[in-house]
Amino acid sequence: MKILCVCGMGFGSSLMLKMTVDKVIQKKGIDAETDATDIGTAGSIACDLILTNNEFASQLEGGQAEVRAVLNMASEDEVGKAIDDYLASK
Amino acid sequence: MGFFEFLMNEILSLPEVLVGLIVLTGLVLQRAKFAKVFSGTAKSIIGFVILGAGATVIIGSLDSLGGIIQDRFSIQGVIPNNEAIVALAQQTLGTETALIMGFGFIANILFARFTPFKYIFLTGHHAFFMAALLSAVLGSSGMTGVTLVVTGSVILGAVMVIMPAIAQPFMRKVTGGDEIALGHFGTIGYVSAGLVSKYVGDEKKSAEDIKIPEQWSFLRDSLIATALTMVVMFLILVLVAGPDVVAPYAGDQNYIMFGLMQGITFAAGFSIIMAGVRMILAEIVPAFRGIAEKLVPGAKPALDVPIIFPYAPTAVIIGFLCSFIGGVISMFFLGIFSLALIIPGLVPHFFTGAGAGVFGNAMGGKVGAAVGGFTNGVIISFIPALLLPVLGGLGFENTTFGDSDFGVIGILIGLLANLFS
Repeated sequence: MKILCVCGMGFGSSLMLKMTVDKVIQKKGIDAETDATDIGTAGSIACDLILTNNEFASQLEGGQAEVRAVLNMASEDEVGKAIDDYLASK
Repeated sequence: MGFFEFLMNEILSLPEVLVGLIVLTGLVLQRAKFAKVFSGTAKSIIGFVILGAGATVIIGSLDSLGGIIQDRFSIQGVIPNNEAIVALAQQTLGTETALIMGFGFIANILFARFTPFKYIFLTGHHAFFMAALLSAVLGSSGMTGVTLVVTGSVILGAVMVIMPAIAQPFMRKVTGGDEIALGHFGTIGYVSAGLVSKYVGDEKKSAEDIKIPEQWSFLRDSLIATALTMVVMFLILVLVAGPDVVAPYAGDQNYIMFGLMQGITFAAGFSIIMAGVRMILAEIVPAFRGIAEKLVPGAKPALDVPIIFPYAPTAVIIGFLCSFIGGVISMFFLGIFSLALIIPGLVPHFFTGAGAGVFGNAMGGKVGAAVGGFTNGVIISFIPALLLPVLGGLGFENTTFGDSDFGVIGILIGLLANLFS
């Protein structure tokens, strides 16, 4: 599966979030590809799950990918919960 | 010696290749798969070339802006431009600069390893500019050969850990964490902005809380905000200058349409730069862990200033505009004090002004962002003027280093060198 981390510019908080996601999927043993991008290009990238902040989550909902908002991008617990939540909904 | 010179002049003096090598080292140290090592290294180099292409687009639009200002107001003065002055320094001190750059990076790793300042400075082009400044200032004080290279490398390595260390208390406030550091030689400007803002502003009234009505929410998009700002700036300028002054730059194009399109071109360049930065950082930050974990336990990557822009996008615009205003006002005072007239350049005011705005916002909210940007604008006008006499023969040219740290370090080293010679 492919996880896309999104923020306003595509290399600040989204990159930090991507590194947290990488740690989490490695620990959980999930085989996933991760990428960080900005809000402008997020719509044109095919993926399964989008992780972003509250503000952007509402703008990105309604596409093909599931969207989950993460408050603390450095929290492995919160990111893990979002990924579990997505996997359970499948 | 031939191979060594090739390595220094053709490889390590190219920031894109240097960054590629750092990513390569990081990935190899992490024992990444071959495919990842190859794509990571290639992408970071491609990202740097994209960055350069974006800079060319922006500089193209700014050149005509600067030219129109000079023709309309017949202002003659010094335009701070790092690339230009480094190109001049390369003609006489190219090898010394490249050697200082190469050994300076090793000195950086050693300082990070054996002192409490655990920072690895990853902004390659700024390390290169600082190496050029050091070879020019030390060279004009009479130093040569091995002494010059060793002194320069040690100073460069030290500056590469000290500047991020000075900025780090503010960075913790900006990013809300301690994972990344600021590796950009505009630090004195950002820190001054942060300190001044602390006393005049209110940190609780953040610029990011400025409520923008729903129909104006597209302004939160930094690209759109940049485009609008630049279009307004260009339109005011072409209207004040008039069709006759603009004609040499616009050619056959209508002068108002020319202003409009140049503003939009600037925004396009900004977007290209952002794409490049995104590609470099996506490779370098994770790969950096390789170096940090193996060579320097607990080290933090010190990254280029756009890394902090996403934390306060509104403060970026406020800081930029107020820095530019500070630069314009300073220009008149420089004349009164009979110092060299430093013409405010939009590129240094954009990048360092934006950084000062973000620091100012973190310390003093929206008022802080404005005051911080203005403070930075004054600093990057006066310091380059005071640096000129220290640059020796290079000081006679019509350009100088733009960002604050180059000036501060250059003046300090120049004074010390004169004391001992």
